[in-house]
Amino acid sequence: MRPASVEDLVEAIAGAAASGRKLEIAGGGTKAQVGAPRDVEWVHMTAFCGVIDYDPAELVLTAGAGTPLAEIEALVASKGQMLAFEPHGAAGSTLGGTVAAGVSGSRRVSRGAVRDHLLGFKAVSGRGESFVGGAKVVKNVTGYDLPKLAAGSWGRLFALTEVTLKVLPRPPEKATLAADGLDPAAAVALMSRALGSQAEVAAAACVDGVTALRLEGFGPSVAARRALLEAMGAARVLSESEAEVFWAGLQQPLPDAPVLWRLSLPASRAAEVVGKGLGPWRMDWGGARVWLACEDAEAVRAAAGAAGGHAMLVRAPGAMRQRVAALHPQPGPVTALEQRVRRAFDPKGVFETGRFLDHSHAD
Amino acid sequence: MLKMPPADGRVLARKAEIARALAAIVADGVIADVDALRVYESDGLTAYRQPPMLAVLPRTTEQVSQILAWCHREGVKVVPRGSGTSLSGGALPLEDAVLLGMARFNQVLEIDYADRVAVVQPGVTNLAVTQAVEEQGFYYAPDPSSQIACSIGGNVAENSGGVHCLKYGLTTNNVLGVEMVLMDGQVVRLGGRALDPAGLDLLGVVVGSEGLLGVVTEVTVRILPRPEMARAVLIGFPSVEQAGQAVADVIAAGIIPAGMEMMDKPAIHAAEAFVGAGYPLDVEALLIVELDGPGAECNHLICEVEAIGRRNGSTTCRVSTSEAERLTFWAGRKAAFPAVGRISPDYYCMDGTIPRRRLPEVLQRMERLSATHGLKVANVFHAGDGNLHPLILYDANKDGELERAEAFGADILRLCVEVGGVLTGEHGVGVEKRDLMPEMFSETDLQHQQRVKCAFDPELLLNPGKVFPVLHRCAELGRMHVHGGKTAFPELPRF
Repeated sequence: MRPASVEDLVEAIAGAAASGRKLEIAGGGTKAQVGAPRDVEWVHMTAFCGVIDYDPAELVLTAGAGTPLAEIEALVASKGQMLAFEPHGAAGSTLGGTVAAGVSGSRRVSRGAVRDHLLGFKAVSGRGESFVGGAKVVKNVTGYDLPKLAAGSWGRLFALTEVTLKVLPRPPEKATLAADGLDPAAAVALMSRALGSQAEVAAAACVDGVTALRLEGFGPSVAARRALLEAMGAARVLSESEAEVFWAGLQQPLPDAPVLWRLSLPASRAAEVVGKGLGPWRMDWGGARVWLACEDAEAVRAAAGAAGGHAMLVRAPGAMRQRVAALHPQPGPVTALEQRVRRAFDPKGVFETGRFLDHSHAD
Repeated sequence: MLKMPPADGRVLARKAEIARALAAIVADGVIADVDALRVYESDGLTAYRQPPMLAVLPRTTEQVSQILAWCHREGVKVVPRGSGTSLSGGALPLEDAVLLGMARFNQVLEIDYADRVAVVQPGVTNLAVTQAVEEQGFYYAPDPSSQIACSIGGNVAENSGGVHCLKYGLTTNNVLGVEMVLMDGQVVRLGGRALDPAGLDLLGVVVGSEGLLGVVTEVTVRILPRPEMARAVLIGFPSVEQAGQAVADVIAAGIIPAGMEMMDKPAIHAAEAFVGAGYPLDVEALLIVELDGPGAECNHLICEVEAIGRRNGSTTCRVSTSEAERLTFWAGRKAAFPAVGRISPDYYCMDGTIPRRRLPEVLQRMERLSATHGLKVANVFHAGDGNLHPLILYDANKDGELERAEAFGADILRLCVEVGGVLTGEHGVGVEKRDLMPEMFSETDLQHQQRVKCAFDPELLLNPGKVFPVLHRCAELGRMHVHGGKTAFPELPRF
């Protein structure tokens, strides 16, 4: 279905709750292959489209959750601004989908994730009620910070209809410097040293033996900071097109791998994890994010868990997704708490479609 | 004055028994003496005073778990407390509740420079985190004005900010993980050293939950390399409008200063008389803009900001030429509250945030409210992020002045919400703004928040009487009203 208004959406969700039906919220539907194969009724949010308020001087943008991400990115770029968490997605990705899936790019290591830039939202909960969370100003501590729960919720709590994001000035200059041929441990060490230095590194990643550090900012500042990185051994300057290819590659890492994992780790443990030889990998966020192609789910989860992190299965054949939960299992008390929070927003389990292979928690 | 939930006589009658049970958990950490309990009778919101029934000072997570489990089993309310510096009454005790003081959790447990994190106990002060890492060139970014006293656990509860949060974020943007005890005694770990959560971002909702969801017993924070240089510039303007436009122009030029503060004339005069920071006295508004980063960047941006000031008609402009001078520029701003305290017997600090473009209008209407309520107001303002701190001057010894100050404050916050802002930018709702929550949120909005409370503490035993104006029972909140609109729940107590 394709609700045309909040009222339609309220009716659809309340109706599903009353009759025990399941609904899956879809923005552009570009991440439908994440999670177990499932036969569900889709709620397409594309009608909730368009910019509602954008005043660049306030650093705040409010738009319908179904607004294409590309449209928002073009708009803020035209005003010399950006979404600093560096979202990305396939053609058709929406703002709401980007928020719900918690999509943050390479700059996350320096400027924070979606959750750090989501100021407020409007949504319809699994109770079939429209409500707001957060607000439309950059600094707010009034009530619980529900926007944090929205980011990365994968549509399991409520259907976002409107989101308010913090926007930031787009840096006028950037430069990428690289060191070649480092082993994983040396790459992580260089990235850690650079991120812990006064060079204010915006992004740090390692792909196929190239350890790259990105600087952003005003011209005189970027020039001064380049010298710091060169002194650390990142001396090769990537051309603009080389840099573009490098960083874009991290938005669609290992495109040919049939099974792809996204690991979130303490950066200092990344070399140990990729050193297990489980498969081809890419490191981002100074090592705190690792993309890993490996068909052995148990081995990946064990390695990530042992390193104090976790692994999300983001791509796999249907049979594997039917067997392996997309999200990393958590300790019992945390899982129980998470289920109680889900029940708070969705008591009848309307949004519990089996996508994440979790047990029913509904009333 | 706001009302707190009525005390439960049955619990009060069991005081001696409860004290014995707690002493069995923490032998040397139970305070039952009425005089000794006076220490805890208020926090930073000093107009409200209420000694707790008992105080208990645990040392270990295990003890916190046992205390909460016992209180949960016995239906005894608990009010957690860090350093007690909350400006909104977040740590205000209740007559029939146990005060859980976390001051003994005062150790820095681990510092990891490779991953740039520090693991600390919640009673460690905010400034002590920076002090623990500054020799290696690092610091902890959120810097609330109370940073020499306020604790990290309290910062987590309140999602504390500071003058640098436009660029570096609030507590929530700088905390990676916590160990937390739920009201039933269960110990959970949320987040950790990885950047993203494995599932729902429960840590995100715990930060800023004002002690209503759990008691934090360990905190992992992000530490940052100290910028190579910081410089500040003082710019005076003949009108608030011009200063406000200069702020907007700085942002429009793509500059996010480390700090950007504004003071109005009454605040400038009070601060200058107290500190002698060299503030110009013949201006209507003063901006302090701090730039930090590499030297080349600082020097470049200082020139840009000076030029923006000139274009907006600044009448004075001074750039700090040494670290000592930069600190002097800040000394006046940081002492603004006590400075105002010198010119008035009492002051009441408000904390709304507004869209910055509405500033001139808000200040004009605040002046009219000042006349209506017959009380003066001085304004300091985190200009970069639109967070206002109007200081209402009153004398608590004069009959009715506190009530007038509270009424004036409530009008200011209503005004903030009316122009698209919020009730609190960094001080929290606590007791103070509890009954104003319906100005900003509908009943449905608030119920969605309260059900999160129910997921963590279904018996509503942890820090009751704070944040939410109406005490709904969780069973009632959980019911589905499929055809329901807004249900008034007339039988429920409204304090």
